[in-house]
Amino acid sequence: MSVKVIIPTPLRVYAGKRDSAEFPARTVGEALGHLTTEYSDLRKHLFTEEGKLRSFVNVYVNDEDIRYLSKENTPTKDGDTISIIPSIAGGCCCCR
Amino acid sequence: MADETTLWISGHLAEKIRAHGAETYPHECCGALLGHDSEANGQDAVREVFGLLPLVNRRDDSPRNRFSVTAEDVLEADKSAQAQGLEVIGWYHSHPDHPARPSQYDRDHAWPWYSYVIVSVQNGAPQDMTSWRLNDDREEFSPEGIEIRHRAAV
Repeated sequence: MSVKVIIPTPLRVYAGKRDSAEFPARTVGEALGHLTTEYSDLRKHLFTEEGKLRSFVNVYVNDEDIRYLSKENTPTKDGDTISIIPSIAGGCCCCR
Repeated sequence: MADETTLWISGHLAEKIRAHGAETYPHECCGALLGHDSEANGQDAVREVFGLLPLVNRRDDSPRNRFSVTAEDVLEADKSAQAQGLEVIGWYHSHPDHPARPSQYDRDHAWPWYSYVIVSVQNGAPQDMTSWRLNDDREEFSPEGIEIRHRAAV
C-alpha cells in the first residue's frame, strides 16, 4: 500500500530533484515521516523544531485540506496523492 | 546558498510592481512572479521574470504591515503560470513606510528557492526594490541582485 507525495518545486533541491516520491503509509503523518527521513534536509522547511507542521505549510490528500480532516492522523489508502502547498505570508515589521 | 543569485526582469514589469505598491498604499500589495529558472544548467542558471500575477492581500485584519496569499491563491498562480508555459519563481510584496528589507516575520514564512521581491513605499511613493532568497538553514535571507533586462516592453 503506497501513497504518492508531490514535492513542491522550491523543495525539490532537498529531495534529489525529484518531483514526487512514494511511500507505504497508513496516515498523512506516516507519509511525511518517511519523506523527511529519506530526505532529511526537507524537514526544517516543513516542520518547526517542535515537530509541528509550519503554519504556512498546507497539506492536502487528494485535494482535501487535512486541517478539515484529521490533520496528520488523516488516514490514507493505496493510490492517494498528498500535496504540499505553501501559503505565502510576510510583512514589514515585528508586530502582530 | 554559496553564490549570489540574480533575478532578471524587464523595466516594464519592475515598474508594474512599484505601481502596485503605490496603488495599495498604505496597505501591503502582493503578487506572484512568473518566469523561468534554468537551474538545470548549473552555474549558468538564469532566473527571469516574464509575467506578474497581482494578488489580493488576504490579511484584512492587519493589511498595513502584513500580507497573506492563501494556498488556493498559490494553486491558482501555479495554474496561471503553467498555462503560459512558465512557473512561479517567487513572490513580491510592499513594505509601506518601511525599508525594502525582509523582516523576521518574512523569514518565518518563507521557503528557499523562491525569490522574494520587496518594494519600499514611502508616503505613497515607491522607492527601493530588492530581492531576497532564504538560505538553506532558514537562518537568514541572502540578497539577490535585480538586473533590468533592456528591451522593448511587451
